[in-house]
Amino acid sequence: MNWEALLDALFDPNHRVTCTGDLLSGSAEVNGRTVAVVGTTNHAAIGVELALAQAAAVLAVVREHPKRPIILLVDTQGQRLRHRDELLGINHYMAHLGCCIELARRHQHRVIGLVYDQALSGGFITSGLIADACYALPEAEIRVMRLPAMARVTKIDEVRLTALSKTNPVFAPGVENFVAMGGIRALWRGDLQAQLLCALADSSTQDERAFDGAARGGRKLAQTVAERVVKA
Amino acid sequence: MNISFAESSARARVAHLLDAQSFHEILGPSERIVSPHLALLGVPSSFDDGVVVGRGTLAGQPVLIAAQEGAFMGGGVGEVHGAKLVGLFKRALRDKPAAVIVLAESGGVRLHEANAGLIAVSEVMRALLDARAQGIAVIMLIGGANGCFGGMGLIARCADHVVMSDMGRLAMSGPEVIESSHGVEEYDSRDRALVWRTTGGKHRYLIGDCDQLVEDDVAAFREAAIGLLGQSVPLNLAAMEAEHALLTERLTRFGGCSDALDVWRLAGVPEPLHVADLEASGMHVLKSLTTGELA
Repeated sequence: MNWEALLDALFDPNHRVTCTGDLLSGSAEVNGRTVAVVGTTNHAAIGVELALAQAAAVLAVVREHPKRPIILLVDTQGQRLRHRDELLGINHYMAHLGCCIELARRHQHRVIGLVYDQALSGGFITSGLIADACYALPEAEIRVMRLPAMARVTKIDEVRLTALSKTNPVFAPGVENFVAMGGIRALWRGDLQAQLLCALADSSTQDERAFDGAARGGRKLAQTVAERVVKA
Repeated sequence: MNISFAESSARARVAHLLDAQSFHEILGPSERIVSPHLALLGVPSSFDDGVVVGRGTLAGQPVLIAAQEGAFMGGGVGEVHGAKLVGLFKRALRDKPAAVIVLAESGGVRLHEANAGLIAVSEVMRALLDARAQGIAVIMLIGGANGCFGGMGLIARCADHVVMSDMGRLAMSGPEVIESSHGVEEYDSRDRALVWRTTGGKHRYLIGDCDQLVEDDVAAFREAAIGLLGQSVPLNLAAMEAEHALLTERLTRFGGCSDALDVWRLAGVPEPLHVADLEASGMHVLKSLTTGELA
C-alpha cells in the first residue's frame, strides 16, 4: 500500500503528514486523538541523514508534545550500503534513533510500529522493532535475506533451505514467520484505524515478544533461556 | 605479561579480565543449552551457543559479564545466544551490579536463524536500555578479530561506554557486503588499510564512536573497565539532545569526506598518514589536540 492510501486508511481526514525525500513526518488524528507520525517510504535506504532526520522528528515530539503517541511507519530496504555511511558511523546514527525512540517510551509516549511495505534487516531494528509493539500489513515483506543469497552465505543447499522454510519460521522471509517468532504482534486486515485504536489501547511498555514467540511456537527457547539466566 | 585480547578465546578474556577465580558462568556448556535451529540445517552447534555469560568481580566490585566467541559462527546472534544476553541485562535489574560488561565480537545476526536473531538483537537493545535507565553502567569492550558489526554494532552504540583496541572494528555493514552491492570502486574489501581506517579502533576513537582506545592487551581492557565501573550516562532528553547535536555536527563537518584520512585532517590531526603507526598513548595525545569533541 502506498503511504498516501495508508494514511487515509489509518487516520481521520486532513492529516498533517508530509513526505520530504524518503522521510514521512507530521501529525494526524485517530478517532479525534492526535498522534505523531514518523516513518520512511520508497523502500528507503537508511543512511546517516535519514536516521538523524527520524531521530530529530522523535525528539521534537518528546520535547513539544508530551505523551503524544508515536506511529512508526516502516518501509525500508535496510541500512544504506555505502562506504561513506560506514566512515561516518552509520551504526551510531541508527542506534541514536533507537535510543530516541526508547526515550519517548520512557516519557510515556506509546510507540506503535507498522510495516506497511518492506522491512529489511538492520533498517528494521531501530525503527519498528524498538516500538512498544510492531504490526504489519499482510502484503508487507519482512526479511533479513532472500533464500538464494542465504544459501550462498551459509553454504546450505537452496533446495534444502526452501523445503525447510515451509515448516520452520526461523530463517525464511515472510510476515507470517515474524508473527510466529513474536516479532510482529499481529497482521492488520480490514479496518486499519480500528486496529490502530486497539493497538494504542493495548500496548504494553514491557517487551512481550519472547512470550509471544513461545506461545506461537516459533521461538520456543528465547523466553525460558532468558529467565534461566535471571534466576540461576 | 601481555595477553592479547584479539588472540584470546571468549572464556580466556573473561578469566583474565575479571578478578582471579571470581567468574561464575551462568548456563555454561555443561547445561548443554544449544541452538534448536542449527541441527535442523545440519550445522554443528555449540554448548554455549557462542556466548559466555556470568557474574564475577572486577576490582572487588560485582559485575555481570558476557563474552561472544568469534570462533563460533563469527559470534553471530541467534535465538539462544540473544536470549542469554537479554537474560543478563534483566538479571542486572535485580542484582544491581557495578556494571554489565559485554566483550562484543560478532558479525551481527546469525543468518541460519535470521528471523530469531533479528528480533533477539532488538530485544537485547531494549533490555540493555532498561538496565541503563536504572542507572546501571553498560560497558562494551571491542577488540576481537571478527569485529563488531551489524546488529551488534547497533547494540554496542546503545551502551554507556565503548572501549576499543586498534585491532577492534566497529561498523554496520561489512566491507564485503558493500562491495558486493556497489562494486569494488565503492569499497574494496581486500584493501586492508582502507578497511582498517574506516572501521578500526583509531578512527572510531577520533570521531567519537568509541570513548577509550587501549592496546591489544586484556590487562589494558581491564584497567579501562575498572575506571568505568558505576559510571552511568543518563538517558534523558538533555543527553539525547546533546548526542543529537554532536551527530549533526559530525555530519556537517565530515559529510563531504570520502576517506578517513580526510576526516582526520579536517579534525586537526597534523599527520594523518602517521596515525597507523601510533600506539594508544600517542592516540590519546592526538585526540587532545584535535579540535573539540567530534561527536
